[in-house]
Amino acid sequence: MSAVAFTGTSVMDVDAAKVRGAGSNVHFDKVSVAYGAHVVLHPLSLDIAPGEILAMIGPSGSGKTTALRAVAGFVRPASGRIRIGATDVTDLPPYERGLGMVVQNYALFPHMRVEDNVAFGLRAQGADKALVTERVKDALGTVGMSAYARRYPRELSGGQQQRVAIARALAVRPRVLLLDEPLSALDAQIRRNMVEEIARLHRSLPGLTILYVTHDQTEALTLADKIAIMRDGRVCSHGPTTELYRRPPNRFTAEFLGRANLLPVTIVEGVGSKGFATARHGDKMLTGAGRDEKTGAKSLLCIRPQHLSLTADSEHTNRIVGTLREVHWQGELTHLMLDVDGTPVRISATRLPMALPEPGATVPLFFTPADTSLVPEDAGV
Amino acid sequence: MLVWSRSGRLVLWVLFALLFGVLFLAPLAVILLSSLADQWNGVLPSGLTTEHYSEVVSGAAGSAVKASLITGFLASTLALVSGTWAALSLRLQGHALRRLLGLLFFIPSAVPSVSVGLGLLVAFSHPPLLLNGTVAIVMIAHFVLISAFTFGNVSAGLARLSPDFEQVASSLGARPAYRLWHVTLPLLAPYLVAAFGLSFALSMGELGATVMVYPPGWVTLPVSIFSLTDRGDIFAGAALTMILVAATLILLLGLERITARATGS
Repeated sequence: MSAVAFTGTSVMDVDAAKVRGAGSNVHFDKVSVAYGAHVVLHPLSLDIAPGEILAMIGPSGSGKTTALRAVAGFVRPASGRIRIGATDVTDLPPYERGLGMVVQNYALFPHMRVEDNVAFGLRAQGADKALVTERVKDALGTVGMSAYARRYPRELSGGQQQRVAIARALAVRPRVLLLDEPLSALDAQIRRNMVEEIARLHRSLPGLTILYVTHDQTEALTLADKIAIMRDGRVCSHGPTTELYRRPPNRFTAEFLGRANLLPVTIVEGVGSKGFATARHGDKMLTGAGRDEKTGAKSLLCIRPQHLSLTADSEHTNRIVGTLREVHWQGELTHLMLDVDGTPVRISATRLPMALPEPGATVPLFFTPADTSLVPEDAGV
Repeated sequence: MLVWSRSGRLVLWVLFALLFGVLFLAPLAVILLSSLADQWNGVLPSGLTTEHYSEVVSGAAGSAVKASLITGFLASTLALVSGTWAALSLRLQGHALRRLLGLLFFIPSAVPSVSVGLGLLVAFSHPPLLLNGTVAIVMIAHFVLISAFTFGNVSAGLARLSPDFEQVASSLGARPAYRLWHVTLPLLAPYLVAAFGLSFALSMGELGATVMVYPPGWVTLPVSIFSLTDRGDIFAGAALTMILVAATLILLLGLERITARATGS
């Protein structure tokens, strides 16, 4: 499989295009977007490093698509500047920004064959015929769609159409690839496969900078180097994916990025040299990983459902007790819904004891301090 | 399916056949029979003949067909270009302005065509806009009357067109003209063809305004039909009407084939 090299240059710059790993960074400098008096994106300052995948996730209306459209040039910022590489693109029209974009409904041109769709951007930019042929071949090869070059979009499945849409965006060797909920229109099984394919694609094109907008946290967790979580037109948290998942800085992040059990606790002994604090939940003393929690502070102890266990071992030094309410079997996973002193708690497990307790039974739950994170209760979001 | 029972569907089909037969087929059948009637004094013609067709074809029919086709083609083309242009431009305006200008486009279609003809006659009877007695004023009259329909059709097509197509094209480096030619217009093709077909059919049948403004030597089919029937030559008028129907039908069927090819259906 030949990979498409890409650069922060025009499609005509063949020599530069052969340089791998020369993607551009994207810099939001206090970018805000408003429709009349209604602010949909509050001043946003953010950097996406060259070759990085940044996933913007958040609920509908949180401003994530607006931020992407501002980069693409389809909405004009009310204030602030956007830079791609060394170029300030704020005032440039979309066709001069050197981007590639893939949208939710693919937007393949139905009157063009697959190869013409992929060639579209190159022809629009006046690339010569030989270059167009070479790039179309490369791009279709990259997404495994070479055999479908002569087909029309209507003759392809949803997943195939999305691959062609990606090939079309890659063929112009974009400075930045913008993916706007690219998998939302696919069914669950194909979506899972496509997430893996995009991950593979990025491994083969490590310099490609990607801004990936989605409301699906699984896609974000699988693909992104960094995640920005949006809420009400603001970034409520931003950081490396694993860090955000393991140490969510606020309640919204903990609950939006994966499932989280949040036990209200009071810090009885602040964070020590090993990074752990002691906290009280009801009459139980628990240990959790913290940042700079002070003694007496109210906090939330975040425990992911897969980190709770019904069985004790040497590492499971934390113990709480809950009342089993429901058991949901989902094939690969079984979910136990419990009540711990009025707080709903979920356990997700691949393996459970053969004899599960009946609903209504009191069940001890165990977890490791290293698998927890103390989340400030009054983080403002 | 709204009606499940077999008898209910049968009743509906009979009702539909009756309505269609009485409202659409009967008038056409009467005109067809009239165009072929030798004498018609009873319920049905006493004999059939093609003499009326020979008569109108050897007479003014040829030039009337030509005048109607040229007028219809040019006026519809002009209406298509301006209607598409207007629809594309108004799309970029604010909601209020777009609605206002959109409504203005439809005003001529709400005015009796005779009044439109009269208005043009008065407006273009004095220098520097002296068009009275020219073919151009016929074209303008038809253009004014049909442009609302092209605008309406193209606007409807644009409203259904996802902005994603054009935005993706722009992000790939397509400048506005390239995007318009290679993306927007091809995607609008079915609506453009439908708009042209509707405009052409309306133009072919237009009488009210044309009769007010037509110059000697540019007598369209409806004007010829009107003249013949006005003189009492009903059978020749019917024959000319059938020629008008056939010409319009052939063109519309041709356009439909083009649309089917463009959309791949």
